Amino acid sequence: MATLNVLVGVSLIYVAFLFAVAFAAERSAARGRGSWLRSPLVYTLSLSIYCTAWTFYGAVGYAARSGLEFVTIYLGPSLVMIGWWWGLRKLVRIGRTQRITSVADLISSRYGKSNVLAIVVTVMAVIGVTPYIALQLQSVTTSISIFAGPSHGEDAFNQIGSGLWVAFGLALFTLLFGTRSLNANERHYGVVIAIACEAIVKLIALLAVGVFVVWGLGGGVQETLARIDNSEIGTLQLDRSRWMALTFLSGAAFLCLPRMFQVLVVENDNERQLHIASWAFPIYLMLMSLFVVPIAVMGLDLLPEGSNPDLFVLTVPLAEGREGLAILSFLGGFSSATSMVIVATLALATMVSNHVVMPIWLSTQGEGATVSGDVRSVVILARRASILGIIGLGFFYYRFSGGGAALAAIGLISFVGVAQFLPAMLGGMFWRGATRVGALAGLLCGFSVWVFCLLLPSFGPDVLLSASVFDRGLWGLSWLRPHALFGTAGMDPTVHAFVWSITLNTAALVVGSLMSFPTPLERLQGAQFANVFDRSGETRAWHSSVATSEDLMIMTQRILGADEALQLFRAEAREQGVDGELPDPSPGFLLRLERELAASVGAATAHAMIGQLAGGSNVSVEDLMAVADESAQILEYSNRLEAKSAELARTARQLREANEKLTALSVQKDAFLGQISHELRTPMTSIRSFSEILRDTDGLTAAEKTRYASIIHGEAIRLTRLLDDLLDLSVLENGQVSLNIEQGNLSELLDKAIVTTEAGGKKGLDIQRRRLDEVVQITTDLDRLGQVFINLITNAQKYCDAAAPKLVIQVVDEGPNLAVAFTDNGTPIPQSARTVIFEKFSRINDKDGSGAGLGLSICREIMSRLGGDISYHPVSDGNCFVVHLPPAEAMAAQ
Amino acid sequence: MTETVRPSVFLERRSYRLRRLMDALRVLPVAGLMLWMFPLFWPIEASEDVPLRSLSEAVIYVFVIWFLLIAAGAILWFALDGRSAVPRARAEPDDD
Repeated sequence: MATLNVLVGVSLIYVAFLFAVAFAAERSAARGRGSWLRSPLVYTLSLSIYCTAWTFYGAVGYAARSGLEFVTIYLGPSLVMIGWWWGLRKLVRIGRTQRITSVADLISSRYGKSNVLAIVVTVMAVIGVTPYIALQLQSVTTSISIFAGPSHGEDAFNQIGSGLWVAFGLALFTLLFGTRSLNANERHYGVVIAIACEAIVKLIALLAVGVFVVWGLGGGVQETLARIDNSEIGTLQLDRSRWMALTFLSGAAFLCLPRMFQVLVVENDNERQLHIASWAFPIYLMLMSLFVVPIAVMGLDLLPEGSNPDLFVLTVPLAEGREGLAILSFLGGFSSATSMVIVATLALATMVSNHVVMPIWLSTQGEGATVSGDVRSVVILARRASILGIIGLGFFYYRFSGGGAALAAIGLISFVGVAQFLPAMLGGMFWRGATRVGALAGLLCGFSVWVFCLLLPSFGPDVLLSASVFDRGLWGLSWLRPHALFGTAGMDPTVHAFVWSITLNTAALVVGSLMSFPTPLERLQGAQFANVFDRSGETRAWHSSVATSEDLMIMTQRILGADEALQLFRAEAREQGVDGELPDPSPGFLLRLERELAASVGAATAHAMIGQLAGGSNVSVEDLMAVADESAQILEYSNRLEAKSAELARTARQLREANEKLTALSVQKDAFLGQISHELRTPMTSIRSFSEILRDTDGLTAAEKTRYASIIHGEAIRLTRLLDDLLDLSVLENGQVSLNIEQGNLSELLDKAIVTTEAGGKKGLDIQRRRLDEVVQITTDLDRLGQVFINLITNAQKYCDAAAPKLVIQVVDEGPNLAVAFTDNGTPIPQSARTVIFEKFSRINDKDGSGAGLGLSICREIMSRLGGDISYHPVSDGNCFVVHLPPAEAMAAQ
Repeated sequence: MTETVRPSVFLERRSYRLRRLMDALRVLPVAGLMLWMFPLFWPIEASEDVPLRSLSEAVIYVFVIWFLLIAAGAILWFALDGRSAVPRARAEPDDD
């Protein structure tokens, strides 16, 4: 009993020491002096939570029962660590870039942030790990009872009571150091450093017992080896299937166990830690297993028949009277148990609170993330409640299972359970085609096989599964026997369950993935995970049409806390170059924010919360472009180029046309200048010569004088008309013309124009009109409009080359407006000239050279001043000019 | 416009050695697995020519391989870490 009191005292001092170390580490990290906490050594030591009480005590028992087989439990993890380049490197990188908080978060995040998957994984993990936690409690209480001594009986030592105290202490530690920072992605320095200390203690304890056994009791290495060969497990009895399967199983469990994922991936700070741990952690494992066989052999030799081989680590030193060594050994086992329970509980609590409690709480809030109130406190509360719940669950499992079963058995059952995550994990990391449906099918399939073939039978016949199921199979189907699925009788139960569950799990994953079609988000995440080394950059962009910075700020404050949120937003605003504290809700910022939140509440919840604010968590076309192969992007780019080049070609053609027109105009202008000089010169010459005759010639008759003067007068008139036209056009073009608006009758206007032209020109043009249509009152500048009519009629007189020239004048009703069409029966204007007939100086078909080519230009200018238009329409045997009268001025006839 | 830079077929001596070191790192777990699975070929039933292996032999076999794997892993890591800046750069925390 004295030993027991010493033991309790030492344990309390040890626990106080752990609390102090954890506090010191947290303080040092808070002051920014925690860089040593991130050293690869601490990381490597924290991985040692793989070695639980099951491996501390149980490995020796295992060796005593099955010889060398115990070592497979260490070989698998050693291979995984040494082969870090294949898988761990990628896993850790994904964990960091995606801010993964747990195994459930990893699988949910990979398969489209599906909360269903997260819940399934969480439930499976809780079912798989709770017995394991119970096992740790049992190992502590059992080892304490050894010190109590058999002579005191059951009354002297209350195992259940001490189990309760241990559970309480563990819960307290986990609550204190596990929920200090809400962000699960931040390092739990206190926890990690305490685990590292415990790792050293358990290694030293086991090595000390081993050294004592080999050199103290065995008398040296050679003698110990001889003793090993002479013992009852002296020859190698290798169960081949178990040797192979357990190596794979332990490797798989090393990756999948929630607590291992927590220290391997979540607590990882940089990849250098992993590089060094890749060879340093196998050293730890090797040292932990180095003395297992000697201790087991010594225990079998020294201790009486029937003593529990699981406790040889304690009972051998005790039997030799080395109580100090026994207490050190107890502390080693205590460390193994407590560190495992702390981290496993922390990992499970994160999963439960993020994937079960928070989604339920958010959905009961109705308005979701936008309601007021502090989510932060809810998350912390949820996590604390989860911690208590899980430790409580472990305690009750221990309480009601009653202990007793061989320690190693529960450990292996738990391993096979969590190994079911492996296909979904590896499939998600290496195969882009793995889908949510496939992952769900695989997990459920593997989990059911595990429950039916390993978990339920482990309680024995007629406890949870009736004996008839063992003998004849489920529902009497002989191929559904738990230890001989599909007729594979004779296999070791653990190997049988492991092989079948993993095989069916993988098969379901592959078939389910091949047959289903992933959502866009799944495809994006799949590409992100599988190609994490190619593009660790952006995932998919939020389209912040709805989200305002204020809303985001409020939500972030409620999850991260006011100070952290403010810092985050300020830093982002600085980066964006925005004044003040609120950055623009750019897609990049939303993405970063989602990752930050994901570290606190898990990817699925964070995605949903941002989705509520940013509006529509749908994936846009741009996102799909990112998923699509690069070729699609190149295609799109070349399409854009093509469109641009077509546009350029169009512009070039327009430029070319404009240039042609300009050139033609320039040629016309030159021709006209020549023409007009000639036009001006001819009358001037005759005026000069006749005026010289009048001046110099004496004796002219009166008739001659009159004739010459008339000629001079006629030429002067011609010059004046030409200059008038030019002046008219220049006035019109410069917009200096003043309009004289009055009311008149269209018919009368046409009459006047025809009379004017007939008075001045040749006769012979047959003008046809429909006077009835022409009785229309119009309000416009009648003189100007008349000028247009006169021009058009004169043109027809001049240029109509038909044998019987004819001009048809029609009034056309163009909806609201009126138009007057002048159609003659002359030779149509050639196609090439049509574009320039309304230009200045353009003269087509000018036989006598009397025109200056200004008539139609003047017409067009006048009509545009009046608000109307004039256009040319080719007809089959003539030309048609249409004068579109301005709309407001044309009024219906009375 | 989109030029894809094709990596050249031949590497300079330094990067060539680096790649082969990485290859060795990749091969290591495969070699370890094969060696540790080798006891599967050991006899189960004792016969006159081939006696059963003793437990001590098996223990020494497993631990020697273990030691060699760790040594090889550590040596390769030191070689990679010292030789090139590449793994070091990768080792830097690159949080966004």
